[in-house]
Amino acid sequence: MRAMSAPAARGQTLAGWVFVAPALSLILLFFFVPVIAGLVLSLTDFDIYAIASPDTARFVGLGNFAAVLTDPVFWIALRNTMFFVLVGGPLTVAVSMAAALLVNSKLARAPAFFRSLYFIPVVTTLVAMAVVWRYLYHPRYGLLNHVLGFVGIGPVDWLGDPRLAMPAIVILSIWKKFGYNMLILLAGLRTIPEELYEAATLDGAGWWASFRNVTLPNLAPTFLFVCVMTMIEQFQLFAEPYVMTQGGPLKSTTSIVLLMYEEGFRWWRMGHAAAIAFVLFVIMLAATMVQLRLQKERAT
Amino acid sequence: MKRALPSIVVNTLLVIGALATAAPLLWMISASFMPAGQSNELPPRLLPSPPTLEHYVTLFTRLDLARNLANSLMIATGSTLICVLLCSMAGYAFARLEFAGRERIFRGLVLGMLIPAQVGMLPLFLMLKAMGLVNTVAGVIIPMMAPIFGIFMVRQHALSIPGALLDAARMDGASEWRIFLKIVVPLLRPIMATLAIFIFLSSWNDFLWPLIVLSDDARYTLPVALANLSGEHVQDTELMMAGAVLTVMPVLLVFLVLQRHYVRGLLQGGVKG
Repeated sequence: MRAMSAPAARGQTLAGWVFVAPALSLILLFFFVPVIAGLVLSLTDFDIYAIASPDTARFVGLGNFAAVLTDPVFWIALRNTMFFVLVGGPLTVAVSMAAALLVNSKLARAPAFFRSLYFIPVVTTLVAMAVVWRYLYHPRYGLLNHVLGFVGIGPVDWLGDPRLAMPAIVILSIWKKFGYNMLILLAGLRTIPEELYEAATLDGAGWWASFRNVTLPNLAPTFLFVCVMTMIEQFQLFAEPYVMTQGGPLKSTTSIVLLMYEEGFRWWRMGHAAAIAFVLFVIMLAATMVQLRLQKERAT
Repeated sequence: MKRALPSIVVNTLLVIGALATAAPLLWMISASFMPAGQSNELPPRLLPSPPTLEHYVTLFTRLDLARNLANSLMIATGSTLICVLLCSMAGYAFARLEFAGRERIFRGLVLGMLIPAQVGMLPLFLMLKAMGLVNTVAGVIIPMMAPIFGIFMVRQHALSIPGALLDAARMDGASEWRIFLKIVVPLLRPIMATLAIFIFLSSWNDFLWPLIVLSDDARYTLPVALANLSGEHVQDTELMMAGAVLTVMPVLLVFLVLQRHYVRGLLQGGVKG
C-alpha cells in the first residue's frame, strides 16, 4: 500500500469532490429528486388546477394506485405491453443471435460489411422509421403487402386490424433493434476458444449439437445481459404506437408508457400518471428478477 | 474437402438479411425524390421518375424544418459537450481519486440506473416549469447532462490508468487538475470519443422528453416536428419520406464516419465476461 502524505491525501479528497460535484448535483437534483417527487405525486390528486395553484392538490394515499389497478384500459395497456415484451423480446434476441452466428461464420464473405449494414437501423431515429414503416404497412400501396402478394398472401390490413397492429409494431421493432444485440452477441461469440469447437467436431458433433453444447453455455453471461437489457427496453414502448397508431385501433397498441403520457400530458391527471409510472417500475423490477432467477436456474 | 453448400446457405441468408434491412431505408430515400403521389402507384414504383427535389424545398421553405434541424443540432451538440466534460471528471474521480464515501456513492448511482427514466419525467417537468425552463433548450438538455451510464463507462476505462503515472506526477507537485488535463484526458480520449458519439445519437434521436418539454413549433427538435407533421400530412407520403431522410441523415453520417469508436465503446460497456 503506497504511502501518501497528508497534504496529498487532502488534495485528492478535495479534487475528488470537486470533480464529482457537478455531475452528482445534476443527477441528484434532476433525477433522484424527481423520482422521489414522483412517488409523492402519485399519492396526490395533482391535476391541471394544481399546476397553477399547488395547494389545491390533496393527499389521496393509495387512491391513484387503486384507480390504476381497477381501470380496464390499464389492463389492456399491460396486456399490450406484455405481448411486446414476451413475444417481441425473444424474437428480437433470436434474430440478433441468428445474425451474430451468420456474421461470425468463417464461411461468411465480407462480414464487416454485413455487420455494419445490420447495425444501421439501430442508429436511425425511431420516429422517422415509424413514419416510413407506416407507409410500408399501407394495405393498398405499401411495399410489404406488394411483396407478400408475390407469394399469394392477400392484402393485409396491418395497422388497421386490432389483432395485427401490435405484431406489426413488433416486426418494425425487431428490424430496428436486432443489430444492437447482434453486436454484443458477436463480441461474446468471439471470446469462445476455437479448440472447444474443434474438440466437439472430433467427437462427431454436428452444427446444432455444437451450438447447444459449446456456444450457448459459453455465451451465457452475454446472453443474459442481452435478454435483460432487451426486456427493459421493451417495457418502455412509446414512440411506435404514438406515431403509427395513436394507441389504436381499439386501444390494441396502447402501451403503459403511452397511457402514462396521455394521462399526464393530455388529461393533466398527473397524480394518476405518476402512479402508472411507478406501477411500471415495479413490474419491470419484478420481471427482471424473474428473468435473472430463471436464467440462473437454467445454468445450474 | 469443403463442400460448397454451407457457404452458399450462409451467404444467401446474409444477403437476404441485407435486403430486408436495407429495403425500408432505400425505399424511404427513393420515395423522397418522387413527384407527389408517385409512391402510391400500383404496382409500387421502386425508383422516382423523374426525381425531384420539390419535397426537400417544401421542408425548408413552407415548413421551415431548417429551424428544427438547427434545434436538434444545438441540443445534441450542447448535450454532448456538457456530458463528456462532466462524466469524464466524475468517472475519473470515482476510479482514481480517494475520497470518503466514494464507493458507497458510486453503488448508489449504479442502483439508480435500474430506475426507468419515465418515473421522474412528470415531476421533472413540473420542476422545470417552476424554474421557467419548460420549452427551452436547457430544459431538453438537462436529463442528458450527466447520465449515470456515462460516468460508469468512463470509470471502467479510467480504472486501467497506470497508478504509477499519477503518483509520479503527484510527487512532482502537480495539482490534481493539471494531472487530469495533462495525463488523464489524453489517456481517456478513446472512451470520451465513444461517449460523445453515444450522447449525440441519443440526444438527436430522443423523442418522449423533447415532446414533453417543448410546446412551440419553432422550438421542436426534428423527431418531434416530424411526428407532428406526420399527423397533419398523412397523405403526403413523399413529403414525409423527405422529412424522415432529413431526420436520419445526420446521425447516419455520424455513425458511418465514426463507426469504429462507437462500436468499440458499445462492446466495452456491454460485454460482461
